[in-house]
Amino acid sequence: MIVRIAGEGQFRLPDSDAERLNELDNRAVSAVEEGDEAGFRELWSQMLELVAVDGETLDGDDLVESEVILPPRDISFAEAQGEFTGEGLIPD
Amino acid sequence: MAGLGGRMSTVFKAKISKLLDRTEDPSETLDYGYQKQVELLQNVKKGIADVVTSKKRLQMQSTKLEQQVVKLDTQARQAVSQGREDLARAAIERKTVAQTELQSLDAQVTELESQQEQLTQNEKKLRTKIETFRTKKEVIKAQYSAAEAQVKISEAANGVGEEMADLGLAIQRAEDKTEQMRARAGAVEELEAAGTFEDLGQLGGGQDDIDRELASLGAGAQVDDELAKMKAELGSGGGDSPQLGEGDSKAGA
Repeated sequence: MIVRIAGEGQFRLPDSDAERLNELDNRAVSAVEEGDEAGFRELWSQMLELVAVDGETLDGDDLVESEVILPPRDISFAEAQGEFTGEGLIPD
Repeated sequence: MAGLGGRMSTVFKAKISKLLDRTEDPSETLDYGYQKQVELLQNVKKGIADVVTSKKRLQMQSTKLEQQVVKLDTQARQAVSQGREDLARAAIERKTVAQTELQSLDAQVTELESQQEQLTQNEKKLRTKIETFRTKKEVIKAQYSAAEAQVKISEAANGVGEEMADLGLAIQRAEDKTEQMRARAGAVEELEAAGTFEDLGQLGGGQDDIDRELASLGAGAQVDDELAKMKAELGSGGGDSPQLGEGDSKAGA
Protein backbone atom coordinates (compact mmCIF):
# COMPACT_ATOMS: atom_id res chain seq x y z
CA MET A 1 0.00 0.00 0.00
CA ILE A 2 1.37 3.42 -0.97
CA VAL A 3 0.74 6.27 1.47
CA ARG A 4 1.68 9.90 1.05
CA ILE A 5 2.10 12.38 3.84
CA ALA A 6 1.37 15.73 2.23
CA GLY A 7 4.50 17.84 1.98
CA GLU A 8 6.79 14.93 2.87
CA GLY A 9 6.60 12.23 0.24
CA GLN A 10 5.45 8.67 -0.37
CA PHE A 11 5.91 5.53 1.72
CA ARG A 12 5.34 1.85 1.00
CA LEU A 13 3.49 0.11 3.80
CA PRO A 14 2.66 -3.57 4.20
CA ASP A 15 -0.94 -4.22 3.09
CA SER A 16 -1.61 -5.61 6.55
CA ASP A 17 -1.40 -2.05 7.90
CA ALA A 18 -4.41 -0.94 5.88
CA GLU A 19 -6.89 -2.18 8.45
CA ARG A 20 -5.11 -0.49 11.34
CA LEU A 21 -4.77 2.77 9.44
CA ASN A 22 -8.42 2.65 8.45
CA GLU A 23 -9.44 2.07 12.05
CA LEU A 24 -7.39 5.04 13.26
CA ASP A 25 -8.84 7.11 10.42
CA ASN A 26 -12.41 6.26 11.40
CA ARG A 27 -11.73 7.04 15.03
CA ALA A 28 -10.13 10.33 14.02
CA VAL A 29 -13.31 11.23 12.12
CA SER A 30 -15.36 10.50 15.26
CA ALA A 31 -13.04 12.63 17.39
CA VAL A 32 -13.30 15.52 14.93
CA GLU A 33 -17.10 15.21 14.80
CA GLU A 34 -17.26 15.34 18.59
CA GLY A 35 -14.98 18.37 18.65
CA ASP A 36 -12.46 16.38 20.68
CA GLU A 37 -9.20 18.04 19.69
CA ALA A 38 -6.98 16.20 22.19
CA GLY A 39 -8.42 12.88 21.07
CA PHE A 40 -7.85 13.79 17.44
CA ARG A 41 -4.25 14.84 18.09
CA GLU A 42 -3.53 11.52 19.78
CA LEU A 43 -5.01 9.48 16.90
CA TRP A 44 -3.34 11.64 14.30
CA SER A 45 0.09 11.13 15.88
CA GLN A 46 -0.60 7.38 15.96
CA MET A 47 -1.35 7.45 12.23
CA LEU A 48 1.86 9.31 11.50
CA GLU A 49 3.81 6.96 13.72
CA LEU A 50 2.45 3.91 11.94
CA VAL A 51 3.71 5.31 8.64
CA ALA A 52 7.06 6.28 10.19
CA VAL A 53 7.63 2.85 11.76
CA ASP A 54 6.34 0.52 9.04
CA GLY A 55 6.79 2.73 5.98
CA GLU A 56 9.63 2.56 3.55
CA THR A 57 10.40 5.81 1.74
CA LEU A 58 9.87 5.73 -2.02
CA ASP A 59 12.58 7.05 -4.28
CA GLY A 60 12.21 9.83 -6.80
CA ASP A 61 12.29 7.37 -9.67
CA ASP A 62 9.08 5.65 -8.58
CA LEU A 63 6.16 7.07 -10.50
CA VAL A 64 3.17 5.70 -8.65
CA GLU A 65 -0.06 7.12 -7.29
CA SER A 66 -0.80 6.90 -3.59
CA GLU A 67 -3.74 4.92 -2.31
CA VAL A 68 -3.96 7.13 0.75
CA ILE A 69 -2.95 10.77 1.11
CA LEU A 70 -2.55 11.97 4.66
CA PRO A 71 -2.76 15.73 5.24
CA PRO A 72 0.27 17.77 6.28
CA ARG A 73 1.82 16.80 9.61
CA ASP A 74 1.08 20.21 11.16
CA ILE A 75 -2.61 20.16 10.25
CA SER A 76 -4.67 22.44 12.48
CA PHE A 77 -7.84 21.21 14.12
CA ALA A 78 -9.85 23.60 11.96
CA GLU A 79 -8.28 22.13 8.83
CA ALA A 80 -8.88 18.63 10.16
CA GLN A 81 -12.56 19.45 10.35
CA GLY A 82 -12.49 19.83 6.59
CA GLU A 83 -10.49 16.64 5.95
CA PHE A 84 -11.67 14.08 8.46
CA THR A 85 -15.31 13.84 7.53
CA GLY A 86 -17.66 11.09 6.42
CA GLU A 87 -15.64 8.04 5.59
CA GLY A 88 -12.43 9.81 6.44
CA LEU A 89 -9.29 9.82 4.33
CA ILE A 90 -9.76 6.15 3.58
CA PRO A 91 -13.18 5.22 2.16
CA ASP A 92 -14.56 2.04 3.72
CA MET B 1 -9.64 9.32 -0.34
CA ALA B 2 -11.90 12.25 0.27
CA GLY B 3 -10.77 15.62 1.56
CA LEU B 4 -7.22 16.27 0.57
CA GLY B 5 -7.20 14.02 -2.47
CA GLY B 6 -10.23 15.85 -3.80
CA ARG B 7 -8.84 19.28 -3.12
CA MET B 8 -5.49 18.44 -4.66
CA SER B 9 -7.04 17.21 -7.85
CA THR B 10 -8.52 20.62 -8.47
CA VAL B 11 -5.06 22.18 -8.54
CA PHE B 12 -2.49 20.36 -10.62
CA LYS B 13 -3.76 16.86 -10.96
CA ALA B 14 -6.57 17.87 -13.27
CA LYS B 15 -4.12 19.63 -15.53
CA ILE B 16 -2.01 16.51 -15.80
CA SER B 17 -4.84 14.11 -16.53
CA LYS B 18 -6.48 16.50 -18.95
CA LEU B 19 -3.45 16.62 -21.13
CA LEU B 20 -3.60 12.85 -21.47
CA ASP B 21 -6.86 13.05 -23.38
CA ARG B 22 -5.44 15.47 -25.85
CA THR B 23 -4.16 13.13 -28.48
CA GLU B 24 -4.94 9.67 -29.78
CA ASP B 25 -1.34 8.80 -30.39
CA PRO B 26 0.31 7.67 -27.15
CA SER B 27 3.77 8.74 -28.19
CA GLU B 28 2.50 12.26 -28.91
CA THR B 29 0.70 12.28 -25.57
CA LEU B 30 3.91 11.28 -23.86
CA ASP B 31 5.95 14.06 -25.38
CA TYR B 32 3.22 16.60 -24.73
CA GLY B 33 2.87 15.32 -21.17
CA TYR B 34 6.54 15.73 -20.51
CA GLN B 35 6.57 19.22 -21.96
CA LYS B 36 3.63 20.20 -19.74
CA GLN B 37 5.33 18.83 -16.67
CA VAL B 38 8.38 20.93 -17.36
CA GLU B 39 6.15 23.99 -17.74
CA LEU B 40 4.36 23.27 -14.46
CA LEU B 41 7.70 22.84 -12.75
CA GLN B 42 8.40 26.47 -13.65
CA ASN B 43 5.19 27.48 -11.82
CA VAL B 44 6.32 25.54 -8.81
CA LYS B 45 9.68 27.30 -8.83
CA LYS B 46 7.94 30.64 -9.10
CA GLY B 47 5.72 29.72 -6.15
CA ILE B 48 8.73 28.98 -3.99
CA ALA B 49 10.35 32.25 -5.05
CA ASP B 50 7.17 34.07 -3.97
CA VAL B 51 7.35 32.46 -0.55
CA VAL B 52 10.96 33.59 -0.21
CA THR B 53 10.03 37.15 -1.17
CA SER B 54 7.21 37.23 1.37
CA LYS B 55 9.55 35.93 4.03
CA LYS B 56 12.00 38.74 3.29
CA ARG B 57 9.23 41.28 3.64
CA LEU B 58 8.33 39.81 7.01
CA GLN B 59 11.94 40.11 8.10
CA MET B 60 11.86 43.78 7.14
CA GLN B 61 8.71 44.22 9.17
CA SER B 62 10.43 42.60 12.09
CA THR B 63 13.30 45.10 11.81
CA LYS B 64 10.83 47.97 11.82
CA LEU B 65 9.15 46.63 14.92
CA GLU B 66 12.53 46.37 16.64
CA GLN B 67 13.08 50.05 15.91
CA GLN B 68 9.66 50.87 17.32
CA VAL B 69 10.49 49.05 20.54
CA VAL B 70 13.66 51.11 20.97
CA LYS B 71 11.83 54.32 20.18
CA LEU B 72 9.00 53.63 22.60
CA ASP B 73 11.44 52.70 25.32
CA THR B 74 13.23 56.03 24.88
CA GLN B 75 9.93 57.88 24.94
CA ALA B 76 8.86 56.11 28.11
CA ARG B 77 12.09 57.09 29.83
CA GLN B 78 11.68 60.69 28.75
CA ALA B 79 8.15 60.71 30.12
CA VAL B 80 9.28 59.26 33.46
CA SER B 81 12.03 61.83 33.82
CA GLN B 82 9.45 64.56 33.17
CA GLY B 83 7.15 63.09 35.78
CA ARG B 84 4.51 62.16 33.23
CA GLU B 85 3.55 58.73 34.42
CA ASP B 86 0.46 58.58 32.18
CA LEU B 87 2.57 59.07 29.07
CA ALA B 88 5.20 56.63 30.27
CA ARG B 89 2.54 54.01 30.90
CA ALA B 90 1.05 54.44 27.46
CA ALA B 91 4.46 54.15 25.81
CA ILE B 92 5.36 51.05 27.81
CA GLU B 93 2.04 49.46 26.95
CA ARG B 94 2.72 49.96 23.29
CA LYS B 95 6.23 48.69 23.68
CA THR B 96 4.93 45.52 25.33
CA VAL B 97 2.54 44.92 22.46
CA ALA B 98 5.31 45.46 19.92
CA GLN B 99 7.66 43.13 21.80
CA THR B 100 5.11 40.35 22.03
CA GLU B 101 4.36 40.69 18.34
CA LEU B 102 8.04 40.74 17.52
CA GLN B 103 8.65 37.48 19.35
CA SER B 104 5.83 35.68 17.60
CA LEU B 105 6.86 37.14 14.25
CA ASP B 106 10.43 35.95 14.67
CA ALA B 107 9.28 32.47 15.68
CA GLN B 108 7.05 32.31 12.62
CA VAL B 109 9.78 33.49 10.29
CA THR B 110 12.00 30.70 11.63
CA GLU B 111 9.23 28.19 10.99
CA LEU B 112 8.76 29.57 7.51
CA GLU B 113 12.46 29.10 6.87
CA SER B 114 12.26 25.38 7.59
CA GLN B 115 9.18 25.17 5.39
CA GLN B 116 11.09 26.84 2.61
CA GLU B 117 13.85 24.28 2.97
CA GLN B 118 11.32 21.47 2.74
CA LEU B 119 9.73 23.02 -0.35
CA THR B 120 13.10 23.28 -2.03
CA GLN B 121 13.86 19.66 -1.24
CA ASN B 122 10.50 18.57 -2.60
CA GLU B 123 11.02 20.61 -5.72
CA LYS B 124 14.22 18.64 -6.28
CA LYS B 125 12.31 15.41 -5.82
CA LEU B 126 9.70 16.54 -8.34
CA ARG B 127 12.43 17.37 -10.82
CA THR B 128 13.80 13.84 -10.40
CA LYS B 129 10.34 12.43 -11.04
CA ILE B 130 9.91 14.44 -14.19
CA GLU B 131 13.31 13.28 -15.35
CA THR B 132 12.26 9.70 -14.63
CA PHE B 133 9.13 10.28 -16.66
CA ARG B 134 11.25 11.48 -19.55
CA THR B 135 13.26 8.25 -19.50
CA LYS B 136 10.23 6.11 -18.96
CA LYS B 137 8.32 7.58 -21.87
CA GLU B 138 11.00 6.43 -24.28
CA VAL B 139 10.76 2.90 -22.88
CA ILE B 140 6.98 2.97 -23.15
CA LYS B 141 7.12 4.23 -26.73
CA ALA B 142 9.52 1.45 -27.70
CA GLN B 143 8.04 -1.48 -25.83
CA TYR B 144 4.30 -1.23 -25.64
CA SER B 145 1.38 -1.44 -27.98
CA ALA B 146 -0.80 1.64 -28.21
CA ALA B 147 -3.43 0.27 -25.79
CA GLU B 148 -0.89 -0.85 -23.21
CA ALA B 149 1.01 2.38 -23.58
CA GLN B 150 -2.10 4.41 -22.66
CA VAL B 151 -2.35 2.57 -19.36
CA LYS B 152 1.34 2.94 -18.60
CA ILE B 153 1.25 6.64 -19.48
CA SER B 154 -1.66 7.22 -17.14
CA GLU B 155 0.13 5.53 -14.27
CA ALA B 156 3.36 7.39 -14.75
CA ALA B 157 1.73 10.76 -15.39
CA ASN B 158 -0.54 10.41 -12.37
CA GLY B 159 2.48 9.67 -10.23
CA VAL B 160 4.12 12.89 -11.38
CA GLY B 161 0.81 14.74 -11.16
CA GLU B 162 0.33 13.75 -7.55
CA GLU B 163 3.83 14.89 -6.64
CA MET B 164 3.22 18.19 -8.34
CA ALA B 165 -0.17 18.64 -6.70
CA ASP B 166 1.35 17.94 -3.31
CA LEU B 167 4.07 20.51 -3.77
CA GLY B 168 1.53 22.99 -5.11
CA LEU B 169 -0.53 22.54 -1.96
CA ALA B 170 2.52 22.98 0.28
CA ILE B 171 3.38 26.23 -1.49
CA GLN B 172 -0.20 27.38 -1.12
CA ARG B 173 -0.06 26.72 2.61
CA ALA B 174 3.21 28.58 3.01
CA GLU B 175 1.81 31.52 1.04
CA ASP B 176 -1.34 31.64 3.16
CA LYS B 177 0.79 31.63 6.27
CA THR B 178 3.01 34.52 5.18
CA GLU B 179 -0.11 36.44 4.17
CA GLN B 180 -1.60 36.04 7.65
CA MET B 181 1.65 36.99 9.35
CA ARG B 182 2.06 40.02 7.16
CA ALA B 183 -1.46 41.25 7.83
CA ARG B 184 -0.97 40.85 11.56
CA ALA B 185 2.42 42.51 11.64
CA GLY B 186 1.03 45.32 9.47
CA ALA B 187 -1.82 45.90 11.92
CA VAL B 188 0.62 46.19 14.81
CA GLU B 189 2.77 48.58 12.84
CA GLU B 190 -0.26 50.77 12.27
CA LEU B 191 -1.04 50.58 15.94
CA GLU B 192 2.49 51.74 16.67
CA ALA B 193 2.39 54.49 14.09
CA ALA B 194 -0.79 55.81 15.69
CA GLY B 195 0.92 55.80 19.06
CA THR B 196 3.73 58.24 18.52
CA PHE B 197 4.77 60.44 21.39
CA GLU B 198 2.87 63.49 20.10
CA ASP B 199 -0.38 61.58 20.15
CA LEU B 200 0.21 60.26 23.61
CA GLY B 201 -0.29 63.70 25.12
CA GLN B 202 -3.83 63.80 23.80
CA LEU B 203 -4.82 60.43 25.11
CA GLY B 204 -5.67 61.61 28.58
CA GLY B 205 -8.05 59.34 30.40
CA GLY B 206 -10.18 58.63 27.37
CA GLN B 207 -10.48 55.25 25.72
CA ASP B 208 -9.59 55.06 22.07
CA ASP B 209 -9.16 52.07 19.78
CA ILE B 210 -5.59 51.66 20.80
CA ASP B 211 -6.42 51.58 24.49
CA ARG B 212 -9.07 48.98 23.96
CA GLU B 213 -6.69 46.94 21.86
CA LEU B 214 -4.05 47.18 24.55
CA ALA B 215 -6.46 46.26 27.31
CA SER B 216 -7.53 43.18 25.40
CA LEU B 217 -3.93 42.08 25.18
CA GLY B 218 -3.71 42.09 28.94
CA ALA B 219 -0.39 43.85 29.20
CA GLY B 220 -1.31 45.43 32.56
CA ALA B 221 0.89 43.72 35.13
CA GLN B 222 3.92 43.74 32.91
CA VAL B 223 3.49 47.46 32.32
CA ASP B 224 3.35 48.17 36.06
CA ASP B 225 6.54 46.22 36.64
CA GLU B 226 8.40 47.88 33.83
CA LEU B 227 7.26 51.35 34.85
CA ALA B 228 8.43 50.74 38.43
CA LYS B 229 11.77 49.49 37.14
CA MET B 230 12.19 52.49 34.87
CA LYS B 231 11.39 54.87 37.72
CA ALA B 232 13.89 53.16 39.98
CA GLU B 233 16.60 53.30 37.33
CA LEU B 234 16.02 56.91 36.45
CA GLY B 235 15.49 57.83 40.07
CA SER B 236 18.85 56.49 41.18
CA GLY B 237 20.68 57.89 38.16
CA GLY B 238 19.04 61.33 38.25
CA GLY B 239 19.90 62.15 41.87
CA ASP B 240 17.13 63.71 43.97
CA SER B 241 13.82 63.37 42.25
CA PRO B 242 11.65 61.67 44.85
CA GLN B 243 8.50 63.28 43.50
CA LEU B 244 8.53 60.78 40.63
CA GLY B 245 7.81 57.93 42.97
CA GLU B 246 5.00 59.76 44.68
CA GLY B 247 1.86 57.80 45.34
CA ASP B 248 3.35 54.57 44.09
CA SER B 249 4.34 52.17 46.83
CA LYS B 250 6.22 49.90 44.43
CA ALA B 251 8.73 52.62 43.58
CA GLY B 252 9.70 53.00 47.20
CA ALA B 253 11.64 49.72 47.26
